[in-house]
Amino acid sequence: MAIVAKTSRFSKIAWPTLAWVVALIFFFPIFYMILTSFKTDADAVKAEHVFFFTPTLENYANMSDNYDYWRFATNSVITSVFATLFALIVGVPCAYAMAFNPSRGTKDILMWMLSTKMLPAAAVLYPMTFLTKNVFNVFDTHFLVIFVLCLINLPIVVWMLFTYFKDIPKDIIEAGKMDGLTTWGEVKEILIPLAWGGIVSTALLTFIFCWNEAYWTVRLTTIDAATLSKLIEGNRAPEGLFFGRLSAVSTAAVGPIIVLGWFCQKQLVSGLTFGAVK
Amino acid sequence: MGSIVLDKVQKKFGDVEVIPPLDLEINDGEFVVFVGPSGCGKSTLLRMIAGLEDLTAGKVNIDDKDVTEVSPAKRGLSMVFQSYALYPHMTVRKNIAFPMRMAKIPQDVQDAKIEAAAKSLNLADYLDRKPGQLSGGQRQRVAIGRAIVREPSAFLFDEPLSNLDAALRVGMRLEIMELHTKLKTTMIYVTHDQVEAMTMADKIVVLQAGVIEQVGSPLELYHTPRNKFVAGFIGSPKMNLIEGEEAAKHDATTIGIRPEHVSVSKTEGTWKGTVGVAEHLGSDTFIHVHNTGLDTGEGDLFTVRISGDIAVSHGDTVYLTPDMDQLHRFDAQGLRIA
Repeated sequence: MAIVAKTSRFSKIAWPTLAWVVALIFFFPIFYMILTSFKTDADAVKAEHVFFFTPTLENYANMSDNYDYWRFATNSVITSVFATLFALIVGVPCAYAMAFNPSRGTKDILMWMLSTKMLPAAAVLYPMTFLTKNVFNVFDTHFLVIFVLCLINLPIVVWMLFTYFKDIPKDIIEAGKMDGLTTWGEVKEILIPLAWGGIVSTALLTFIFCWNEAYWTVRLTTIDAATLSKLIEGNRAPEGLFFGRLSAVSTAAVGPIIVLGWFCQKQLVSGLTFGAVK
Repeated sequence: MGSIVLDKVQKKFGDVEVIPPLDLEINDGEFVVFVGPSGCGKSTLLRMIAGLEDLTAGKVNIDDKDVTEVSPAKRGLSMVFQSYALYPHMTVRKNIAFPMRMAKIPQDVQDAKIEAAAKSLNLADYLDRKPGQLSGGQRQRVAIGRAIVREPSAFLFDEPLSNLDAALRVGMRLEIMELHTKLKTTMIYVTHDQVEAMTMADKIVVLQAGVIEQVGSPLELYHTPRNKFVAGFIGSPKMNLIEGEEAAKHDATTIGIRPEHVSVSKTEGTWKGTVGVAEHLGSDTFIHVHNTGLDTGEGDLFTVRISGDIAVSHGDTVYLTPDMDQLHRFDAQGLRIA
């Protein structure tokens, strides 16, 4: 008995400690970024000022002048919101069809969708840039960014929604059919209300993915449709090492999504575990 | 009106034929029970009538109209599912109102019908609850309420009582039968429980592997089963089927005698055996007898049912005497010999 009690007392302390250590390691870069954002550019590169320095709000005060933050932020919001919306508009009917009227090919289609995520983005960089710039003439437009963000997230959206829809008993849908629902009626009256939690989780996650997307948003935009990722990326080296300023702008770029994630933690966790936590 | 005619309906899932072409007539106002072991295709057949399952071939006619290509809602049928299939996000009232809302029935008519249904199904106090807050029996009554308000030409029940506990099942069985007496609407009821079939049906359809083995009233099936399968399936405990020498004495390949048509004595009788298990129900006693020397197939078991109680215990020797008037005879194909 004593040994059991001892072990459990040990694990009561050990596991939380370990969890905290891991959490702090993960959080450290973010913490350091926020810390640096309160330093002057000069202090930011000096080793003796890593933790001890005179804080300043200068970087934040000058942000609009230096970087035109709001324009990039607006672009991020617009592209992320619409990409998420369109992904859901396509994904919901798609997942509905596969969950409730599966055919022989359904499994293969799902696998194929997932396989598109295995393609290295760099492999299609040239055709994407060439086609959008010289053939379709949509380079650096909101339309293009929304379109690309929507497409790269669709596999995840469909997979997640499919998993949620699978949990809805088929009988309920069939009862709806007997009661006179059209296909659209089934989606509106039964599917969406019953899978609402799952749809919200999917939307949140997609929004976060869109917001954080850097590879394509950096490469397919210059000014007009440039998002916050582009802002951070574009100010890396050419102007020298303005780490203080850069950190402030980075903090401002990831801030909204961190706040959103914080408030939607519960929803996100249940979303990421595909409904396993209920 | 609610007469349903199945004309050579057939169902294949891929290459597997679950229902070979099948004909069946259901008259208006009849209570028809589809019964058979699980996997016999009874639910599939019901779903084909409902329109939830496509036909591979054949036609479904309701009231002399071909509805084979008609959508489920437009066939004028109501279905009650084994899982109840209530809309979990809606209150009882909204659940019951749902089919009427879909049919765009005026609100005041809806309200009146909901009141009436709730009253007759004892749901008046629960109208504003969600299905999750109800017991199994209440949920099933909501499902029935939702089915009633549509005033369908026929009700389809897909094993509606299987998820209820035994006591509730008997109660709901009576309620459904009373409903049928009151509404006089055609009802098709699917079950694997032959007791439900016997007690509820005007007409029983016995299915096995998608094939109709026999159609008839409960007593017809009990007294004159068309073949060995029906003989063994209808009746509880099961009919004793005997092959070999004893059957040959009666010019048959198989003879059958129901447990209730055998008398037991401790001193004399036609057959002799030892008591295995005796189940005392008070009103009846089921005695399972071994070592009868009869070819009763695997398990060497002969079951006797006597009314009242009898003092026998494990290992006792008993004598069994069948009532020869109640003997069933079957030929080599398993068909009844008249």
